[in-house]
Amino acid sequence: MKRVEILKTYKIYSGGNFPRTESGRYYLALDKKGNPIANMCMGSRKDVRNAVVSARKALGAWSGKTAFNRSQILYRIAEVLEGRKSQFIEELILQGSQKNIAIKEVEDSIDRIVYYAGWCDKFCQIGSSVNPVSSSHFNFSTYEPVGVVGLIAPQDSSLLGLVSLLMPIIAGGNTCVVLANESLPLCSITFSEVLHASDVPGGAVNIITGHISELIKPLSTHMDVNALAFSGLSELKKEIDLFSVENLKRVRSYDLNWQNTDTQGLHYITDFQEVKTTWHPIENIGGATSTY
Amino acid sequence: MKNQNNFNSLPLSPSVDKVGVEERVSRFQKRSIKTNSKMDGLKMVLNMIDLTTLEGKDTPGKVRQMCYKAIHLHDSFPGLPTVAAVCVYPSMVGLAKSMVKDSGVKVASVSTAFPSGQAPLDVKITDTKYAVDQGADEIDMVISRGKFLAGEYAFVFDEIAQIKEVCGQARLKVILETGELATLDNVRKASDLAIYAGADFIKTSTGKIQPAATMQVTYTMLMAIRDYYDETGIMIGMKPAGGISNSKLALHNLVMVKELLGDEWLTNEWFRFGASSLANDVLMQILKTDTGKYQSSDYFTID
Repeated sequence: MKRVEILKTYKIYSGGNFPRTESGRYYLALDKKGNPIANMCMGSRKDVRNAVVSARKALGAWSGKTAFNRSQILYRIAEVLEGRKSQFIEELILQGSQKNIAIKEVEDSIDRIVYYAGWCDKFCQIGSSVNPVSSSHFNFSTYEPVGVVGLIAPQDSSLLGLVSLLMPIIAGGNTCVVLANESLPLCSITFSEVLHASDVPGGAVNIITGHISELIKPLSTHMDVNALAFSGLSELKKEIDLFSVENLKRVRSYDLNWQNTDTQGLHYITDFQEVKTTWHPIENIGGATSTY
Repeated sequence: MKNQNNFNSLPLSPSVDKVGVEERVSRFQKRSIKTNSKMDGLKMVLNMIDLTTLEGKDTPGKVRQMCYKAIHLHDSFPGLPTVAAVCVYPSMVGLAKSMVKDSGVKVASVSTAFPSGQAPLDVKITDTKYAVDQGADEIDMVISRGKFLAGEYAFVFDEIAQIKEVCGQARLKVILETGELATLDNVRKASDLAIYAGADFIKTSTGKIQPAATMQVTYTMLMAIRDYYDETGIMIGMKPAGGISNSKLALHNLVMVKELLGDEWLTNEWFRFGASSLANDVLMQILKTDTGKYQSSDYFTID
């Protein structure tokens, strides 16, 4: 008798744990030919709510780490991903990628994580400024994380798209609630296992699988989510903007091919930073005197 | 008639089946309360809250702010009730009284050397008298847990009876501090003792000791109230305090009260929540139910 294969149920990642969806629902992830390849949790609005609570709770711990420590942790993510490369390649192939493309996607993802690991303790210096003012103040502007960021993972790329938007968000000290790629979901949950094994504090990143159309509303209307990021989804852009208006969420949408090497950079980090300007009283303007 | 001040009339308390209590309580927690019933339940919870600040660092400003909040829970959402009472230390009673005026919000004062209760009786009486003279509508006293655990039940009984005498018109809530009583049998024993000694309300905890108002403990105390009511026809109030910080738990408590004691107890005359952070969570739930949007604590007053 032929052995019946046991499909893994990929659980969601919330608050540093891997619970099933509270709704008890699931859906099948299919390969290109329409064969089932895994059971995925069909997350609900309550999963979103719980994830946001976890993300809010984790914000202090994550944003309070030193920038250098965050850099080390991001680098650690890259290391762990490198070690589990073959599993990701396998999943990408299962989801319909060609082998050479799958290998490139995983390698590019690792490189992109290392890229943002490097930025953690540098973007602030590069982006901050000392501003000329006409009163006796030392005036400077610097960055602070916006807070809890909702991320709707790019729907055209399973791993690299997620990495390309998630890394700049957490590099800047934000915590994040991710709605995973709906049709290519395997890598997102396996990636959460990587995050879990890399000293990322529980709740700093939460990943929920399910139907994007169902989960967009509870996430984008949530008053405790400070910013929203997504890629593509142009047909939903207006709706998301309207949902986000009540608490003036910062909405950043991108229409990019994340496979390109130029889809990384400083501004993906600063898109999710608030600028804080400080007026520090001093005796003289300009600093040319001995008392400065 | 109530058998006041008569220790000999105190019946033997039945022993409590802990496993049975846990089983029963877990069933209350599986009820699903939605839409209109949820909204009504949440407003009822708000109206039953004793908004509390009991810290060494309490200032007149803090008390003023809390009293204002007690009356104006969230003015941008019309139709909300006020809370039942504000609960403060005796030194703040006069101020609180002058703040709440005729809003219907009562002023409760802790007394008898709260929270430990480790003081001589005359100090406790003076403490209570002061609060009553300042205008407290309700007195939350603590029992002497040390004496109780040492088996000196008559001492604890007499103490409650004497404080009750000092209270005059003020209603007396007796805090058992169940977190220090160790077993549910002790909780039941202390509940019976407090009720027979003259308590108008029995209350779980000071809020300073964990665990505080677990549903198991509240269940045990409600059963004591039930049995006393069946025996004498006299209603006693219940106040779980400490540890009830979210709406769901509060609603589950209401379900429990309704099923154990009935609708008569579902008013703030007979049931209270002692809490400081519960009010905001309930407000957030009410707004969520109304708007369909999950709320953020950023848009609610700090308390």
